[in-house]
Amino acid sequence: MLKNRIIPCLDVKNGRVVKGINFVDLKDAGDPVEQAKIYSDGGADEICFLDITASNENRDTIYDVVKKTSKKCFVPLTVGGGVRSVEDINKLLNCGADKVSINTAAVQNPEVVVESSKKFGSQCIVVAIDAKKSGDKWEIFTHGGRNNTGVDALEFAKKMEDSGAGELLVTSMDRDGTQVGYDIELMSKISSMVNIPVIASGGVGNLDHLVDGIKLGNASAVLAASIFHYGKHSVKEAKEYLDSKGIPVRI
Amino acid sequence: MNVTIVDYNSGNISSVINSFKEVAKDKVNIEVTSDLNKIKSSDKVVLPGQGSFKSCVDALNNISGLVDTLNEFAINNKKPLLGICVGLQMFADVGFEETETKGLGWVSGKVSKIDNQNGKFKLPHIGWNEINITKDSKIFKDIENKSHMYFVHSYEFVPEDKNVTSATTDYSSNIVCSVEKENIFGTQFHPEKSDKIGLKIIDNFINL
Repeated sequence: MLKNRIIPCLDVKNGRVVKGINFVDLKDAGDPVEQAKIYSDGGADEICFLDITASNENRDTIYDVVKKTSKKCFVPLTVGGGVRSVEDINKLLNCGADKVSINTAAVQNPEVVVESSKKFGSQCIVVAIDAKKSGDKWEIFTHGGRNNTGVDALEFAKKMEDSGAGELLVTSMDRDGTQVGYDIELMSKISSMVNIPVIASGGVGNLDHLVDGIKLGNASAVLAASIFHYGKHSVKEAKEYLDSKGIPVRI
Repeated sequence: MNVTIVDYNSGNISSVINSFKEVAKDKVNIEVTSDLNKIKSSDKVVLPGQGSFKSCVDALNNISGLVDTLNEFAINNKKPLLGICVGLQMFADVGFEETETKGLGWVSGKVSKIDNQNGKFKLPHIGWNEINITKDSKIFKDIENKSHMYFVHSYEFVPEDKNVTSATTDYSSNIVCSVEKENIFGTQFHPEKSDKIGLKIIDNFINL
């Protein structure tokens, strides 16, 4: 039976982890490689890096991080943030990323998704959808949630599936950082609409939220950042909790 | 010993390279090349593959003499070869991704789309799934039945002779996820992304 995945996400800025696990035995808490290794040793099903480097000069730092991580972690590695072109995707894959998540570029130029999924295969193309509720629908935001495009999130999700995306990483911008739980309605609507896996993101504050994301939101995988940071919960604890709730996980 | 990972522009093979280098350490030399002479002289060959069946077969055919060299290596000389993902699928006679495409014909069978039962099962089949070991394959030495492996694919290899199957996985139906036919090995899952247990499979192959 296919297991639901737990994916810890690390925000990386200028090659350093912004928030992270705060373990005493950690030599360098800002080192993404070391953090990723702790997650993968702890049973993370995948690792996600979100590059939030603002300046263009430091953009290359992520390549180095990916290169080093992929030599130490032997679970799938997804990298997103600032991915603009087929060439960016190519570079990240060559550095050892297994999947690349595309956000702003997918909205501005859906051809990037079409072209890259043809060139590299759908299996490595994740489209990140940042959506915010507006009346009775959800609209897509880009540029890290700053720009409202007015594009309908559900229609866009379907379009991305048709364009060749292998997975959708759906983040509720209303919930992101609030720790009150995923936007279950958004997750389940998108999940029932597309035939590709949906990864739920944005808003996890406790382990029950992960359960809800899978049971109510019908997500194939749940992504979380802050609950794993500072040792609040380990990936192992999360998996054991999901298992106790009857959710199939890899233990 | 030399193990060659065939680099034929089949997409992203850096994870395969990293995992083999990790397992090989300094004991075994890992080559990444499409050089025909190097392939011929190596002890073992790894055939990775990402993207579609057609794109991988096309990429193999684009390198002049490569298919002949692989045939000589695996069929005539019967040296160990491991196909991963589409690398395994290409063992078949024919594949139906994009369009009907002739495969290497090493293990009789076809590659067709997984039946998603009208949307009941999401495709691609992405994530960790248990393998049911059905045959005592050499690459499964010290691998427990029901171990989890990482999968990502929408097409499945359906061999004609079920005896070549060494493991299956349950997704929509019983999907063949590992084959062994004499010196030819293949996994539909990605041992290079299946954590320590996957590295053990790579280690088993290297130590054949």
